[in-house]
Amino acid sequence: MKFIDEFRDSRVAARYIREIEQIASQPWTIMEICGGQTHTIVRNGIDRLLPEQIRLLHGPGCPVCITPANLIDKAIEIALQRNVIFCSFGDMLRVPGSTTDLLLAKAAGADVRVVYSPLDSVSIALKNPKREVVFFGIGFETTAPAVAVALRRAKQLEIANYSVLPALALVPPAIETLLSAPACNINGFLAAGHVCTVMGYRDYEPIAESFGVPIVVTGFEPIDILQGIHMTIAQLEQGVAMVENQYSRAVRKNGNSEARKLMGEVFCTVDRDWRGLGRIKRSGLALSDAYAGFDVDNRFTLSHVSTEEKSPCISGLILQGRNKPYDCAAFGNLCTPQRPLGATMVSSEGACAAYYRYRRHECGVIRMAKEEA
Amino acid sequence: MEPTSSMGFDYAAPAFGQEKIQLAHGGGGRLMHQLIDGLFSAILIDPDFGVEHDGAVFESHGTKMAFTTDSFVVHPLFFPGGDIGTLAVYGTVNDLAMCGACPLYLSAGFIIEEGFEIKYLRRIAQSMRAAADIASIKIVTGDTKVVDRGKGHGVFINTAGIGVVDHDLDIGPGSIEPGDVIILSGDIGRHGIAVMAEREGLSFESRISSDVAPLAEPVARLIESGAKVHCLRDLTRGGLATVLVELATSSGKGIQIEERNIPVCEEVKGACEILGLDPLYVANEGRFVTFVPANDSDTALEIMQSSQVESCVIGSVTDTRSGLVTIRTHLGTERMVDMLSGEQLPRIC
Repeated sequence: MKFIDEFRDSRVAARYIREIEQIASQPWTIMEICGGQTHTIVRNGIDRLLPEQIRLLHGPGCPVCITPANLIDKAIEIALQRNVIFCSFGDMLRVPGSTTDLLLAKAAGADVRVVYSPLDSVSIALKNPKREVVFFGIGFETTAPAVAVALRRAKQLEIANYSVLPALALVPPAIETLLSAPACNINGFLAAGHVCTVMGYRDYEPIAESFGVPIVVTGFEPIDILQGIHMTIAQLEQGVAMVENQYSRAVRKNGNSEARKLMGEVFCTVDRDWRGLGRIKRSGLALSDAYAGFDVDNRFTLSHVSTEEKSPCISGLILQGRNKPYDCAAFGNLCTPQRPLGATMVSSEGACAAYYRYRRHECGVIRMAKEEA
Repeated sequence: MEPTSSMGFDYAAPAFGQEKIQLAHGGGGRLMHQLIDGLFSAILIDPDFGVEHDGAVFESHGTKMAFTTDSFVVHPLFFPGGDIGTLAVYGTVNDLAMCGACPLYLSAGFIIEEGFEIKYLRRIAQSMRAAADIASIKIVTGDTKVVDRGKGHGVFINTAGIGVVDHDLDIGPGSIEPGDVIILSGDIGRHGIAVMAEREGLSFESRISSDVAPLAEPVARLIESGAKVHCLRDLTRGGLATVLVELATSSGKGIQIEERNIPVCEEVKGACEILGLDPLYVANEGRFVTFVPANDSDTALEIMQSSQVESCVIGSVTDTRSGLVTIRTHLGTERMVDMLSGEQLPRIC
């Protein structure tokens, strides 16, 4: 297939691996931000093709994973109200809140519908004027413009029965939080290509400079990732720390200016809780004053119950790249995708879920080897 | 290493005390197996028969026969390449074929929703008739029920089929042997993508048609060729991956497959990329896998390629790593292939 197979070519991959072997003179630790990249790495075993001294850490870039349990509880509470049609992207449905998930709420009678685009939820509101239609606005900068377009449409059409549960998060503040942690051992980052398609990469330049880490905007196919790793290591070996763009076929320095303008109109930046990472300043998007009427908080009376994460989950440490899924005693036994204890197992894009799906059969062997060592 | 087998099915009680049926219980994945093994099989199925195959094979009055049933609730009722009627005939024909049987007779039960247009029912009946003629099976009995408006999705169809097994091969997961070669009968994912595109109003540059087709004839020729067929299985819900995990588990053998050998057409590949789906888990209605000993694989492959040119060897059976399916990726690394919990859900990003 054009523009897919080329980026999965095993010969090109072998060439990049050879080049990485040649230039890497010492151990380096690189974090890929995006869950989609983690998925590609684990699915294709890219970490195992690299020289041993190159370590990959899996970052917090999965919007499903980082959505806190109390926000999901809030979604379920709304979905279970009479007369509500609750619209969500498909992969949020299985994510557990503190006691249940949206799929189970659906089985219990809630009208929960999977949509492929936020605009679909606006169409549902138009078709069902007597029902309250709520969209679960989850995602990173990648998804935010689509949510903004839906809200603008709802406002233009003066749709009174439409609202959004805003749950959008921003990536750069999370990178700063990771780098500010005292135990941080990350030497370089692969930034998420899709996020930068919208936002560009100017926001990453001060981070690269002040923390002295290379940040390479990287795509999602195996060859993209290998090239991104190669570019990061080349910078590290030269003692350089700047932002580079591997994903130039999609990303421009200033991103998509139309999308950014619309986001500025519809959203404002707020502090936000990240599942596993805690509260991060100015890392979330709420609805701006002009759109506040579409916020679920102004439509529904809700209980606002806050919930605690379940232990013995170490997803916080995994999201910070300080542990691998195998390091968790609950991995694969107490914690599975069917009965997830924490953030990184809940979404198919999460690091624990990726290890469970592709490498679970090796888990015992690796644990034994670690214990012996 | 783990309290529940990491390689087989997870029989433990599902999360949150799930006392209600979810859609995923019918999705062909782990939840459905838990329901069948933990409830239906335990209460209903005669201990002389297993549920690990597509139908029951038994001997009656000196004749070896196969018997199976299937229900069809597809939405939309009409999709590119077929409709619920074609599926209802070929689905049951194919289950019989996978038992190594020659399909003979079919029953057809209709549960129709009040208000459903008779012109659509006629169209469905006509395509069932056409499908039965093509598959050389006779529809000989049936049943009609009508339910209140809102209690059905237009029409649901159940078919049951009976066939004769005219050979001495013992075709089933229990006959799978280490060293067996696994042949896939064509490219994967067409049915699932065709139905999803129609249902969700997604349009792609070129229209993808369902692969729905009867498989009794290619199977009959395979058996006639003298190849010692150990196991046959059609790929339906849950796709190729789910079928291989089921067979690895019920045979107690390991299965190794090659990613580069698995054919996926450009259109399906593109649609899966856009929707964030893995073609290994997308439904098919006209594809099957054959397990044959290595020295019969050339014969079997030739026969299969004569009806479906894209048939190819995708892997083999090992005597190590019981119950585990592994895949060698395009990059030469290895990963395990797992069964999904329920249906695949399109991703956010």
